[in-house]
Formats: sequence, C-alpha cells, structure tokens
Amino acid sequence: MSEHLIREGDGSMAGVAARAPGEAAAWRPDPSLMHLLWPKLLTARARGAGERRGRGARLALLTLFGVLFWAFIFGFLWRLLNYFRSAQEIGPLLAGKLLGLMLVGFFSILLLSNVITSLSGFFLAKDLDLLVAGPVDWLNLYLAKLLETIVNSSWMVALMAIPMFAAYGFVYDGGYWFPLFVAAVFLPVIIIPGVVGSALTLVLVNVFPARRTRDILSVIAVLTAGGIVLLFRVVRPERFARPEGFRSLVDFVAVLRGPTSPYLPSEWAQSAIMSWLQYRVDYLPVYMLWTTAAVLVVFGALLHRGLYLKGFSKAQESSARWARAGVIQRLSHALLRPLGILRRELVLKELRIFFRDTTQWSQLILLAVLVVVYVFNIKFLPLRGEGITFFLLNVVPFLNLALSGFVLSSIAARFIFPSVSLEGRTLWLLRSSPMAMSDLLWSKFWVGTLPLLILAVAIVGITDWLLAVNAFMFGVSVLTIVFMTFAIAGLALGFGTLFPQFETENAAQIPTSFGGLLFMMSSIAVIGLVVTLEARPVYIYLRAQAFGEPLEPLTMSLGFGAALILCGIATVVPIRIAQKRLNAIER
Amino acid sequence: MIKLTNLSKNYGDFCAVDAINLEVPRGELFGFLGPNGAGKTTTLRMIAGILRPTGGTVAIGGVDVAADPVRAKMKLGFIPDRPFIYEKLTGAEFLRFVAGLYDQEGPQVEHRARELLALFDLEEWRDELVESYSHGMRQKLIISSAFVHRPEVIVVDEPMVGLDPKAARILKDLFREYTHRGHTIMMSTHTLEVAESLCQRIGIIQGGRIRALGTMKELQATAMGGGADLEDIFLKLTGENAARALVDVLDA
Repeated sequence: MSEHLIREGDGSMAGVAARAPGEAAAWRPDPSLMHLLWPKLLTARARGAGERRGRGARLALLTLFGVLFWAFIFGFLWRLLNYFRSAQEIGPLLAGKLLGLMLVGFFSILLLSNVITSLSGFFLAKDLDLLVAGPVDWLNLYLAKLLETIVNSSWMVALMAIPMFAAYGFVYDGGYWFPLFVAAVFLPVIIIPGVVGSALTLVLVNVFPARRTRDILSVIAVLTAGGIVLLFRVVRPERFARPEGFRSLVDFVAVLRGPTSPYLPSEWAQSAIMSWLQYRVDYLPVYMLWTTAAVLVVFGALLHRGLYLKGFSKAQESSARWARAGVIQRLSHALLRPLGILRRELVLKELRIFFRDTTQWSQLILLAVLVVVYVFNIKFLPLRGEGITFFLLNVVPFLNLALSGFVLSSIAARFIFPSVSLEGRTLWLLRSSPMAMSDLLWSKFWVGTLPLLILAVAIVGITDWLLAVNAFMFGVSVLTIVFMTFAIAGLALGFGTLFPQFETENAAQIPTSFGGLLFMMSSIAVIGLVVTLEARPVYIYLRAQAFGEPLEPLTMSLGFGAALILCGIATVVPIRIAQKRLNAIER
Repeated sequence: MIKLTNLSKNYGDFCAVDAINLEVPRGELFGFLGPNGAGKTTTLRMIAGILRPTGGTVAIGGVDVAADPVRAKMKLGFIPDRPFIYEKLTGAEFLRFVAGLYDQEGPQVEHRARELLALFDLEEWRDELVESYSHGMRQKLIISSAFVHRPEVIVVDEPMVGLDPKAARILKDLFREYTHRGHTIMMSTHTLEVAESLCQRIGIIQGGRIRALGTMKELQATAMGGGADLEDIFLKLTGENAARALVDVLDA
C-alpha cells in the first residue's frame, strides 16, 4: 500500500487510521487512485485469461459480428453523408443536424446508463464494505467509483460512435488529426453524463427514505426516461423529414442553421466536430466541454464528500416489507391450478420475484415510454399526400414488423435474457430438488413470453390501425409478430442460459454482457430472415392488389411456411440447448 | 441409505475427492469432518446432485443419483453452507415453494411450515420478505425448508454457522429425533463437540480421501490408543499439530 503525506482532518472517511508506534502523527496510509483501480484491472485480466476453452471462437465470433455491425453503420452513414454533401447549401447543415441528433441520443443513453450503473457502483457493490471501512481518502474513492461507473456504462456507446465518426471523417476529409480531435471532443461528452448521473443518484439516495434504496431506481428510471423524451421533443426530429411543413425554404434553412439545444454538451461537440470538418476550426466548444466536465467533477466530488457517507449508510438498511396473501395472490393461485403443483409454484415464484423487485419492474415504465414514442412516430410518418404510392403505404406496415421485432428483442434482453442468471445463487435449491430443468426453463419462457406477446400484438395492432392497412396485411403482420415473439423469447432464454452472469451485482447489467450482445445479434438475424422470407409472398399479394396480376399460392405458402418453421426452430432449439447446459452447470 | 462407490471429483488437474467409498445406513447420523479444502462440501454437493462426479456413483435409498436423479432427489433434503435464497419471497412462501418442488401442497404442508417456523422462532417473520432476514434467520429458514417435505435423507453442510445457542440446541435435538424415527442425516461440521455428541459414526476426510472412519471409540483406538477427545484425534489425523508456532507468526 502506498503512503502519502496527508494533513489530519481533511475529510477522510477513515478518521485517524491506525499507526505503528512511534510513527509521526501527520502520516497515515492513503491508498492511491491507481491502488483502488488495481483490483478492477486484475479482475479484467483474470476474466480475459479465464475460460480458455472456446475463447478463440468466441473472440472470432465477436470480432466478426462487431466488424459487420461497424461496417453497416459506416456504410449507411457514408452513403447518406455523400448524398448530403452533394446538396451544396444545406448539405453541411443537414450533416451537422444529423450528428447533433446522434450525439443527443448518445448523451441521453449515457445519462440513463450512468444513473443506473452508479447506484450499484457507489452503493451496492461488494467491495464497498472494504473500501469504506478502510483508510481510503474520500476523493480517491469518488474518482475510482466514478471512473468505474463511466467505463461500465459508456464502453458500448463509445464503440458505436467509432464507425459514425469514421464516416464523417472519410466523407468530409477530416485528415489524420481528426480521430485525435474527435477523442478530445467525445471524452468530455462521456465524462459529463457520468458525473451528472452519479450526482443525481447520490442526491436521490439521500432524499428518499432509507429502506427504499433499490426502489429509488424506479424513480430514477422514470425521471431519466421523462428527460429523454423531453430532449427528443425539444429537438423535434420529425420536422426535418417534412420540409414542406415550413413556410419557406428560408425558414427551413434557418431552423437547420440554428442550434437545436444550445445548453447541451452534445450540441457543443457537434459544432466543434463540424467546424473541424468544414476547415474553420472553432476551439470554443472544446474549451466549453472540458471546462464544464472539470467544473462538474469538482462539484460532484464536493457533493460526494458532503452526502456519500449518509447515503451509503442508508443503503445498508434493508427494506422491511410484508407480503400477505391477498386477493390477487389467491386468484393467481386458483388460475394456475391446472398447471400442477410444481409448475404453478415455479410460475408464482417468478411473478412474485419480478413484481417485488423494483429494479425489474421499473424498467417497464421505461419500456412503456419507448413504446409510446414508437407509436407516436408511426402516427406522424409522412404517409399522406403526393408521391405516396399504394406500395409504399403497404410496405411500411411490413417493415414495421422488423422494427417491432427489434423493440421486442430489446425488451426480451431486459427481462427474459437475465432470468437464468438471476437464479445463480439459488441454483443449489433447484439442482438438489427432484425437478427437471425443462420445467424451470419452460416456466420462465411462458412467464416472459405472455406479457411480451400482449405488448407485441398491441404495438403491431395499433400501428396497423394507425396506418389503416387492409385485412390481409393486418393478419400477416399480427401472426408474424406472434411467432416472432416466441422465437425472440426462446433465443433470449437460450442465450441467457448459455452465457449466464451468475455473479453479477446488478440485473440491469446482464443484458450488456457478451451473451446479451450475441442474443441481440441472433435475434436481429432471425427477424431479418423472417421479413426476407415473407417479402416475396407479400410482394405477390400487393402486386395482385395493385395491378390485378394472379396470386401464386405455392410461392406464397412456401415463403410464409419457411418463416413459420424458422420461428419454430428459433423457439425450441435454444431452449433444448439451454436445458442441456443447465443440467451441466455445477454450482 | 447413502452409498458412495469410488466417488471422485476432479477440477482440472486438481483432485478434490479421490475414490471415496462410504455407506451410511438408515437411521444413522453421520459426521463428516476435515480441514478446509479437504473435499467435504464437494462430496456433499455430489450427493445432492448439484455437482457431477468425475468417477464413481452416488446412490440414495438404492437409487443412483446420476441414472435416475428425480427419483433419488425425491428422497433428499439438502442444507447448503451458504444461505442464499430468494430475497423477494416471504419465509412462508419460500417453504411453500420448496414443498412444491417435491410435488407437495395442502394443509399438511401448511401445518408443517407453521410448526417449523414456530420451532425456530420465525413465526412472526413468516410474512416478511427474506431480504430483511439476518444471516442466522436465513439459515434457520433453509433448515426448515429441508424438513418441510419430510425427506428420507438429509445432507447438511455446516449447519451451525450463524445459529444462536438456542437454535443450535433445537437443531441438535431435531437431528437426533429425526434419525430416531428412521431417517438418515449426513452432516459436515467444523464444530467437533457437535460431531462428538451427535454422530453415531464419523468420517475424517483430508486431501479428498477418507483418512479415518468409525464410531468415536473406534477413532480413539485407531488414532491415540484410546482416551483422547475428537479434537486431538482430528489434529493428529489431519496433521494440524504441525502448525507454525504462534510466536513466530505474531513476531513476524
């Protein structure tokens, strides 16, 4: 342990630490920031070195998917930006606006992610007892935990940003120094939400009654979700899709030229990057970003010094809550009676644990907000007026399936994917009981799938109604989303069991693991395949409707049949594999 | 009732349990002792069907755990050393859930659950979520859950950890009474007085092998030539007397 000279009474949590006899009173041990981060680095190294079997294949698979994902984002943006570049006057304005929108999106995601991650990092992590009880300087503890929170919540966004900035750099000839400049601009964009998110969590933990620490997550989630929606409503992105909504081209250009949200750091980052790409480098936004980040870190540290110990103490107190058998419990008990004793108890256990765990159900609020935004966006799609063909009008609900599938995959990643991981510590009970693992998996499947199914049919049904599609397209889209939901749930459960996170401290972090990434990629692949397989039959139908050409029942049956079989395989096979894996797990 | 035949478990190159042969008959309370890392927990977890043996077999009531796990586990109750249970269930709900795993429900289960909770002074906590229970209370709840479905065999890993003296006494009486009724208990413990006073036979395991096996008298005769207590026998057999002198450690 390194030792530094620190004056007494500087606010260290440890107070006067134990000293060897004869040691000068002014000296006491002070683990440095690096010392506090060291175990995290060692853990990361051990994790990298462990599980040698299949590590190469995993790495190769991850690299392949990662490169494909990067190539997709890069390719898409590259084409779009080249198109913008061809528009002389408003091209750079549109590119800047697009960058601003993406950065606002990143900033919002980072804020939400940091708020959730900091609760576990600062208040629930297993190493806190050791660190808070040890002679650790408050500032080093704050910086170590802040850094950990920022890394945990930002790495995925940072990875996604790379192809995005690369596309801007290539299209606008950013030059060799562009990556460095982007790094200098993007780093404070990551730090600022980290500091703000952890400060928000700190205040909330202190404000709300003790015994409710975990429950605060729901409040945090609602507040942050509300904030995100507000941000997007401030930006009003749909305006840019409908230039005819502006009184004149001058108005449209004026809106494009004006700052979207001048007080947001993402806006400063956007203007800094666009100024570089237009060869009129403006360093003021960079100074603003760094000074804001620095000032916020100082304020965050002072807030931490004042409030952390009180909040940490509150977080230790358990929530004493009673749960007596009420009407709903008795009703669900009666409704589930046909399942038999074992399956009924498994389902009841799943439901009780889910609805009593605020960290779980609070995410429903967030999802509800996302679904409302999704439906809202469909409602405001510019699908009326000139140039909107019969084909376009009917293709949208079909493509809507892919987007709904993506929304459902995200939800399954949050709720179904972690379900086996959350059994980790209690697996001894299930493994030592005479229960078949298939019962456990299928009970988890149905408990997760039924709400997902209701949501899926509601999303597709409402959006189809808003788009006023005909009965055939309505039937196809509703049936497809039903089978797709089964497939997504099966994949989520399968990948969740194949890549379990038994030792995780926070359920919200499980979907961001390697297995979560693989699940999302596989799920998107299945959705893409289903939509591709159904594209031909739908095209034949639309062609028949529009031009009176004959239907081809065999081709249509083959397309729809293949999609159905694919969904069936994607539902059953992962669960079968998961069953074998669960039987082999030794805990 | 419990029969281990050439039971082995390897973790990579490390052999945690090395070809153990052991029979615990019906109605016996068997004590399983050994230093830390000797292979006690691994053996008990293999008996409970949580770990898969690298070699050999485990039979409970004549049923092979690997060949017919469901039938074998119907006869078994397991109490682990670490009380991890569902935090968001109440004590009563947890007991009901465990009974459900063994396909049991109804007034008899409710009655047993009530009696067990009352026995361990948990009656007032029955409708409170487990997350607010202390370590000892969780341990008592897990012990109750092992008895709620009335198994023929109970496998217990370190039952006394975290228990207050009253609960420890109740548990000892419960174990004694349960075996008197013809059930079998296999228990690992570091509390040698408990093993000495409760167990009909004791096995001492070290380095994955059973070093000594028998009644207290037989162990005394084998290890010390009679007269010694279990602590002396244990230390002699496991070589713990060769520990570094305390003065050396404290002066270092």
